[in-house]
Amino acid sequence: MQEKLMHADTSALDLVLSADPALMEIVRLSLLVSLGAVVAAAVIGFPLGAVIALTRYPGREASIVVLNALMGLPPVVVGLAVYLLLSRSGPLGTWGLLFTPAAMVIAQTILVTPIIAALARQTIEDLWTEYREELAAMNVGPIGRVATLLWDARFSLLTALLAGFGRAAAEVGAVIIVGGNIDGFTRTMTTAIALETSKGDLPLAIGLGMVLIAIVIIVNALAWGVRRAGERLAG
Amino acid sequence: MTMRAPDSDLPIVLEDVRYGVRDLIIIDGMSLMLTPGAPTVLIGPNGSGKTTLLRLMMGLIEPTSGRVTWGGRTHVPPARRAIVFQRPVMLRRSVAANIHYALAAAGIGRHQHAERARDLLEQAGLSALAERPARRLSGGEQQRLALARGLARDPQVLFLDEPTASLDPAATKAIEDVVRAVSARGIKVVMSTHDLGEARRLAGDIVFIHRGRVIESAPAAEFFAHPKTDDARRFVAGELLV
Amino acid sequence: MIKRETNRRHLIALAGAALVALSAPAFAQDKSIVVSSTTSTQDSGLFGHILPLFKAKTGIDVKVVSQGTGQALDTGRRGDADVVFVHAKSAELKFLSEGFGVKRYPVMYNDFVLIGPKGDPAGIGGTKDIVAALKAIKDKGAPFISRGDRSGTHVAELDLWKAAGIDIAKDKGPWYKEIGQGMGAALNTASASNAYVLSDRGTWLSFKNRADLVISVEGDNRLFNQYGVMLVNPEKHPHVKKEYGQAFIDWLISPEGQKAIAEYKIGGQQLFFPNASAPGA
Ligand SMILES: Nc1ncnc2c1ncn2[C@@H]1O[C@H](COP(=O)(O)OP(=O)(O)O)[C@@H](O)[C@H]1O
Ligand SMILES: [Mg+2]
Repeated sequence: MQEKLMHADTSALDLVLSADPALMEIVRLSLLVSLGAVVAAAVIGFPLGAVIALTRYPGREASIVVLNALMGLPPVVVGLAVYLLLSRSGPLGTWGLLFTPAAMVIAQTILVTPIIAALARQTIEDLWTEYREELAAMNVGPIGRVATLLWDARFSLLTALLAGFGRAAAEVGAVIIVGGNIDGFTRTMTTAIALETSKGDLPLAIGLGMVLIAIVIIVNALAWGVRRAGERLAG
Repeated sequence: MTMRAPDSDLPIVLEDVRYGVRDLIIIDGMSLMLTPGAPTVLIGPNGSGKTTLLRLMMGLIEPTSGRVTWGGRTHVPPARRAIVFQRPVMLRRSVAANIHYALAAAGIGRHQHAERARDLLEQAGLSALAERPARRLSGGEQQRLALARGLARDPQVLFLDEPTASLDPAATKAIEDVVRAVSARGIKVVMSTHDLGEARRLAGDIVFIHRGRVIESAPAAEFFAHPKTDDARRFVAGELLV
Repeated sequence: MIKRETNRRHLIALAGAALVALSAPAFAQDKSIVVSSTTSTQDSGLFGHILPLFKAKTGIDVKVVSQGTGQALDTGRRGDADVVFVHAKSAELKFLSEGFGVKRYPVMYNDFVLIGPKGDPAGIGGTKDIVAALKAIKDKGAPFISRGDRSGTHVAELDLWKAAGIDIAKDKGPWYKEIGQGMGAALNTASASNAYVLSDRGTWLSFKNRADLVISVEGDNRLFNQYGVMLVNPEKHPHVKKEYGQAFIDWLISPEGQKAIAEYKIGGQQLFFPNASAPGA
């Protein structure tokens, strides 16, 4: 076993060092899908979190509990729901999106949006208690308030984005169902790992897993750097 | 966008205003009129209701009963009023960006921002600190930035809530100098303080409040020379009012 | 303020670009078809060998979604694939009779092998009789892994238990484990727990994590495994790309396609045996 794992390192390392085109394509698609989902989820989740943070309505507490719970949405269930939605026999079948990267982005957006919205809600609500009177005194309207809070909370919100990205990059249950794990088209790091595992090529599977972890670490390190630099400038 | 409202926010009139939170009565039937002119200074011991009164006059909170009018109208949004809180909130941006934000919030045209910001920073003595993160400023610098932010609104009335509390004499003087300059420009200053010395230095009129009520309201010279009520006499004499 | 504007604009531009980049392949009138097929064809590497040849000839991209046979047929039923390429004749005929397929073409066969631990806890010895082997496993209560996923292999396994006179639903004990997963996962599980498992030969040959597993039984006629291919009926699902789909089918059963299938080998062993012209296959 020890020997096999050593072999795992070298074979995955070989793939990375030789910039294996198939591997690069898989990495590219993984990043594109996960980042696409995070961007879409941010576009929905940030304003949603802000609205929940800033408004009072009946059932608000319940909606916060539900939103927090949705952070743990099971990927397989989301995958299946999106599958049924996008299937040719489903309500959105005419879009022809099943088994495409766009379908994968949709499924992951659904998974990531609650994470980003819930974390944004918490962050923005905390900042809002601090800013509330000051913004009222400056006669800032509702849209301006949301924009101000989102901007001033930007470095904390980056953490929400990272949490979302981590979820998207690590997730296999949803993308394998709606993407179909098609070679060269919808194969991501995680579905490739699932495939290599089922082929019994555990060394390659582990190697790909390490590449995935390395990518996630690199993305987080970049974000950390941005955060530190930004905080130094803007406090 | 610098369109001025045709009507003035002054005078600000309180008619039998009460304000309470649940069972607690904080402002207990106040009637007041603030007219253009020299600064009006609210004095009174801690917890007497100065901050709450300023928030009512700013329009940030609504009276539980009675009413507040600005130039004869109720519910006038704070377009021509500004307030500097006792502990002002620094937006998580640079000093200059804080000013730009206030200018934008006041609806002042973008092409004027650079010049106005330069003037305001200079007036507040913050030119050298323009690119610093606002939250890293000292207490006195933060007060001056908040003051500059308030002035960015080009207000008719400027409310200041104990602007010099917990500042050292040099920082206090810096603030008081700005207040005097502002008042000289015709902006109505309404400030609270529990520092009698400051009240003497700045006030045109004094409103002395205690336990949520106006005890005395008079021109400063008259108030300090001949306090009419017992409480005011004791307060001016430096006794502890509880 | 100026900084803020540009930042926001960047974000929006990025989002827009990402969406365009991702949806472009979906909306473009691309020359491609979706084939729903089984894990055995995928995991054995056959598609990796033949699809580039087909693409070179026709320019058509074949996107393979591999699932268990039952699931692969359902994908066709819903209209989510243009072609189904599976191995469970009775299920394929049902698919046809329901009107979801146009015509079934036999393509090739491979065979199943019974895989088991070197130690041979059921004492199967060197028999070629799959039925006798299954009886021995049941009698000894030797560990057995079943796909349990409605796949062609699972269906074949159930048929073999029946042939052995064993009602597996009733007679199964703790020794019989249904994992509800693909062939590779079943082999991994068998390898980890030293169990018997029925596999198609192709997946077995390309399977790397064998540990102590070896072939226990092979060569029995009853282990024969026929593959068929069908175009999803455009009358049920008008968006089906029938020209491209039919071109793929025609190529598979053409001498050229059949030759490509026969040429795919792992370790010198041929995995699939073309038989498009065999009567009744
Ligand atoms: N939102 C509130 N809830 C409860 N009590 C309050 C609230 N706002 C003010 N108070 C109380 O009202 C009194 C007057 O407060 P304040 O106006 O801040 O006085 P001052 O500024 O003169 O020190 C204090 O006892 C304070 O604790
Ligand atoms: Mg106070």
